[in-house]
Amino acid sequence: MHRTAVKQVVMEGVLDANDALAQANRDRFDGAGNYVINMMSSPGAGKTALLESTLERLRGKLRLGILEGDVQTTLDADRLARFHVPLVQVNTDPGFGGECHLDANMVRSGLSELALDEIDVLVIENVGNLVCPAEFKVGEDARVMVYSVTEGEEKPLKYPLMFRSADLVLVNKVDLLEHLDFDLEQFLGNLDAVNPGVERILTSARTGQGVEEWCSWLDRRKD
Amino acid sequence: MHEMAIAESVVRIAGQHANGRRVTKVYLNVGHLRQVVPSALTFGFELVAQGTSIEGAELALEQIPALGKCRACGAESQLPGFPLQCRDCGGFDLKIIEGEELYVESLEMEE
Repeated sequence: MHRTAVKQVVMEGVLDANDALAQANRDRFDGAGNYVINMMSSPGAGKTALLESTLERLRGKLRLGILEGDVQTTLDADRLARFHVPLVQVNTDPGFGGECHLDANMVRSGLSELALDEIDVLVIENVGNLVCPAEFKVGEDARVMVYSVTEGEEKPLKYPLMFRSADLVLVNKVDLLEHLDFDLEQFLGNLDAVNPGVERILTSARTGQGVEEWCSWLDRRKD
Repeated sequence: MHEMAIAESVVRIAGQHANGRRVTKVYLNVGHLRQVVPSALTFGFELVAQGTSIEGAELALEQIPALGKCRACGAESQLPGFPLQCRDCGGFDLKIIEGEELYVESLEMEE
């Protein structure tokens, strides 16, 4: 049988479907009056520990809600449950051995379990990963990166996609600086090389350094 | 790796447009700033395409270099790496014109 090859122009963005769902999430958040933060980092940078300090400090001052993303387990959500804020865990494991990021549809699937009307600021704690979460909008207003000083100075240059997309970088675990060879100035220089002038706060979830400044930043979001 | 998720999306888009016809080649445009690893994407594409009308199709990647326009002096610069910097005035405040693309450009199919 004779077959003819045909070429068809498509011009469709690979992430269009996700972006449309992200916009739908965004409309829902706007309708409920939520300011939404997509929090991203490597595994173990201290997102959950920072959220614990944050929830402790802002209790009774700012109505926070949390959407926890992880490949598996509810360990992070369990840690935060004691604060009695609107909280939902989304696991990504139905993907290929567990998706390495949250996408807009996964976030949407968690929203039905959150009382959005009772939330001023919703923090979406993304899956720990320095690449993939940056590609997928989930309906956020701002992106906050948590970066720990144990990760080395050069990562902004190696993983520019995420560092470029951040609106605020929390440089975490600074209590460890005295024990490390980490060159803070060099790191901040690399950060400015990929995202010039991006806001940054030095934090330590352990000692509480910078947590107040971060909480004020959060508190200003509800306005 | 985000290449797997991108591959899934590419196969889905190609399948929708092919509408049952067998696809032999998928042309994908990828900007340099997307941080996509071609070998990982090709691997993911072949894996995800298995059992679909896209199985066996070639993934043709068109890589698009980064190009920026300086907001201070207006000059356009090729941006081979970080920092993204204007080659004329040295400024860092650039509007990215090219290099962030990620779209299926076209398909080749058997009629």
